[in-house]
Amino acid sequence: METLQAIAEALRPFWGLWLMGLFLAIVAWALWPKRKAEMEQHARIPLRDDDGEM
Amino acid sequence: MTDQASARTSAYNEGVIRLLVIATMFWGVAAFLVGVLIALQLAYPVFNLDLEWFSFGRVRPLHTSGAIFGFGGNALIATSFYVVQRTGRTTLFGGETLAGFVFVGYQLFLVMAGVGYLLGITQGREYAEPEWYVDLWLTLVWVVYLLVFLGTLMKRKEPHIYVANWFFLAFIVTVAMLHIVNALALPVSWTGTKSYSLFSGVQDALTQWWYGHNAVGFFLTAGFLGIMYYFIPKQAERPVYSYRLSVIHFWSIIFLYIWAGPHHLFYTSLPDWAQTVGMTFSVMLWMPSWGGMINGIMTLSGAWDKLRTDPVLRFLVVSVAFYGMSTFEGPLMSVKPVNALSHWTDWTVGHTHSGALGWVAFVSFGAVYFLVPKLWRRARLYSERLVSVHFWIATIGIVLYITAMWVSGILQGLMWRAYDSLGFLQYAFIETVEAMHPFYVIRALGGVLFLIGSLVMVYNLIRTARGDVREEAGAPAVAPGMNPAE
Repeated sequence: METLQAIAEALRPFWGLWLMGLFLAIVAWALWPKRKAEMEQHARIPLRDDDGEM
Repeated sequence: MTDQASARTSAYNEGVIRLLVIATMFWGVAAFLVGVLIALQLAYPVFNLDLEWFSFGRVRPLHTSGAIFGFGGNALIATSFYVVQRTGRTTLFGGETLAGFVFVGYQLFLVMAGVGYLLGITQGREYAEPEWYVDLWLTLVWVVYLLVFLGTLMKRKEPHIYVANWFFLAFIVTVAMLHIVNALALPVSWTGTKSYSLFSGVQDALTQWWYGHNAVGFFLTAGFLGIMYYFIPKQAERPVYSYRLSVIHFWSIIFLYIWAGPHHLFYTSLPDWAQTVGMTFSVMLWMPSWGGMINGIMTLSGAWDKLRTDPVLRFLVVSVAFYGMSTFEGPLMSVKPVNALSHWTDWTVGHTHSGALGWVAFVSFGAVYFLVPKLWRRARLYSERLVSVHFWIATIGIVLYITAMWVSGILQGLMWRAYDSLGFLQYAFIETVEAMHPFYVIRALGGVLFLIGSLVMVYNLIRTARGDVREEAGAPAVAPGMNPAE
């Protein structure tokens, strides 16, 4: 527990960096080529929502 | 459910959305009308009517709250309830009862706030003027709203949560957080209306603008982006240009916006480093701004001809163009030397209105034009031509408004800082006021045009709801099996 606390305190000043890292990871996740088809399917969700289709 | 039944009634909870759409238009027209009144008060002080209840200082928050929370808020609640059901393929959590409480509770909040302003009951915090008892009531209503939205997401049948819902959820959660922190106050007594903020000095100012700027970011931007991501694809009948870009758009707004508030406090006692943080993050907001604009507008890629034939789509797409323009202007004004010229001037007012009228109101108009035929089970709008008339009247009104404010604001800023050869200020304050008069008249005229446009819309919507259809050349034929006057 104390080690964890020490690690947390050591990392805290670098919040800008790790938030940036987290954001870049999200960008990479979104742009990953394997996910292209899946993403295109998600984009079609509003076009498949006519009445009675529940 | 049989096919015939599904064509006539919807399985979704739509009664409360109909009420919210009516409330949207009611508060919209009211807010535009009050806006015209205060614009006239600035041009011709006689419009203060020599009555304290109608003085500019009391009526202005009525206009801002009426526009942002009355018109914008009802539009957001209506569209979020509609979109979360459709894209989740499920009904509202808590059904019409819980959603009905949100509707009634929210209107009660608006009335309590507005009546208070006219009577002089205010916390004096911009966009957060309501006193403690109204704040507490809104907190309850908002938590129930969050509950309905989250509950509906949790019982959705579509595995993926469509991106519009992410924006709506970010809007609801962040506004709850901002509202609760900024409204922390100690009432003087439990039976009186007066309270004092828990904060003081520069901390108070920063809390207020952390709230104020993120109200712009999460109420007026994220929420309405939710509208953009659903209603543009629906009206254009095409999927959004890039779903991957929408994911990046969402997270870059979430990561950046919350830090931009200090740009309202340049050259104050706020520490310099905090001002610079505010400026830096504001400038970085250019990224999500243009990413989002490209995504919205490029959805029409390959179908640009629809802009010519579909005035509802024109409202939606032009709103995104205004979004791009005003969110380009915003970071520019957040650069300290630019802000030194623009702060306290009409340039700020013009900037606000290019966002509020061009982006927020236009995207809401587009969504409401889309929703009314759907909600009232009509084949189409009463008149597409009247939508086009509305579009052009309102657009001319906005252009008059913002160009007048640009000229007036920059003129004002330059006059305030002009020195003569001996180092004295060149102009007395009253001279700057006189110089602005013609622009105030033009601004009021722009506001009148915008108001007239909204009345044309109300007429069109009422006729649509009653089932009337105007014979128009080039109008789409009524689909077989759908009686327009049902």
